[in-house]
Amino acid sequence: MSRAEERKQFERRRRGRNLALLAVLAVTVVLLYILPFVRMGGQ
Amino acid sequence: MSPPAVTGTFEADPAPSAPGAFARAALTWEGGASAGDYVALLKPRVMSLVVFTGLVGLYLAPGALHPFLAAIAVLCIAVGAGASGAINMWYDRDIDALMTRTMNRPIPAGRVAPENALAFGVVLAAGSVLLMGVAVNWAAAGLLALTIGFYVFVYTAWLKRRTPQNIVIGGASGAFPPMIGWAAVTGDVSLAPVLLFLLIFMWTPPHFWALALYRAGDYAKAGVPMLPVVAGDRATRRQMLIYTVLLMPVALAPCFIGLSGPVYGAAALALSLGFLAHALRVNVDRRDADANNACAKRMFGFSILYLFGLFAMLVVDRALGIGW
Repeated sequence: MSRAEERKQFERRRRGRNLALLAVLAVTVVLLYILPFVRMGGQ
Repeated sequence: MSPPAVTGTFEADPAPSAPGAFARAALTWEGGASAGDYVALLKPRVMSLVVFTGLVGLYLAPGALHPFLAAIAVLCIAVGAGASGAINMWYDRDIDALMTRTMNRPIPAGRVAPENALAFGVVLAAGSVLLMGVAVNWAAAGLLALTIGFYVFVYTAWLKRRTPQNIVIGGASGAFPPMIGWAAVTGDVSLAPVLLFLLIFMWTPPHFWALALYRAGDYAKAGVPMLPVVAGDRATRRQMLIYTVLLMPVALAPCFIGLSGPVYGAAALALSLGFLAHALRVNVDRRDADANNACAKRMFGFSILYLFGLFAMLVVDRALGIGW
């Protein structure tokens, strides 16, 4: 595999990891935002 | 706990870099890791069974839990189980590199750095327990922490490399999820979730030993004292039969404590007889050992169907609501 191909693959994988992390963080923020409303609503 | 030395083969450093190109280290470790590699660290196939049994515990428990909180409870069980898997892969990276079944895992294959896998596992473990405690209740969070701790410290670090009873005692960690699901709803533990725990606990030895029978060479190469390696095929097959027989009354017990009705009872009897037939065949068929343990492979496949079937039928039975 050439250097350019390696670089392309590296960038593709890093982008994938970053997008996955972004999705996880976004879901966590939404969960933690909704949680107090649900907990307080039940009391 | 001292982690084992790394003996796996890692990706070779790429060709000399041009000025201004990437750091070489980035291309060897993190450069090779995709998001999928991090998902693989969570052992998604094991996680599916854990999530399913946890979900059934949650469904069967008396009382009600807000659907949003139930979803969080299931998410925490899944993430906690995955975190245990990631820490297990970090600790076992030396033996994983020696076994055919595990040598392509992200750490021994050189795609994820061991310290990153450990950090990933620890953060997820702590996060799942904290979220369970804050969002659901601290009884379920405590059980989740116990499950993770049992799998990592008792099974992985203590028993796995020391005794052929590793999966018998260590199997407890895989048996906790329905109890966690139950505790998420009720905030405590009663006889019914203990029975669900026992069901998985008694199922684990014949399930794992069926796998170990046809993977004995792998385990021997890695120095893991699985029962077929230490006691031989014959003793393992006999033990599998004993546990399968002992499992039968446990599988039928939900009918006797009022947890389920005749629909589950009939299904549990049929599935248990099927499992027993597999165990008998593994013991009786002498050609099996020569035929690459084909019967053991079939029993391993059936064991997964068996546990899924039992827990699915508990749900079906409850949904139908047919009493004795």
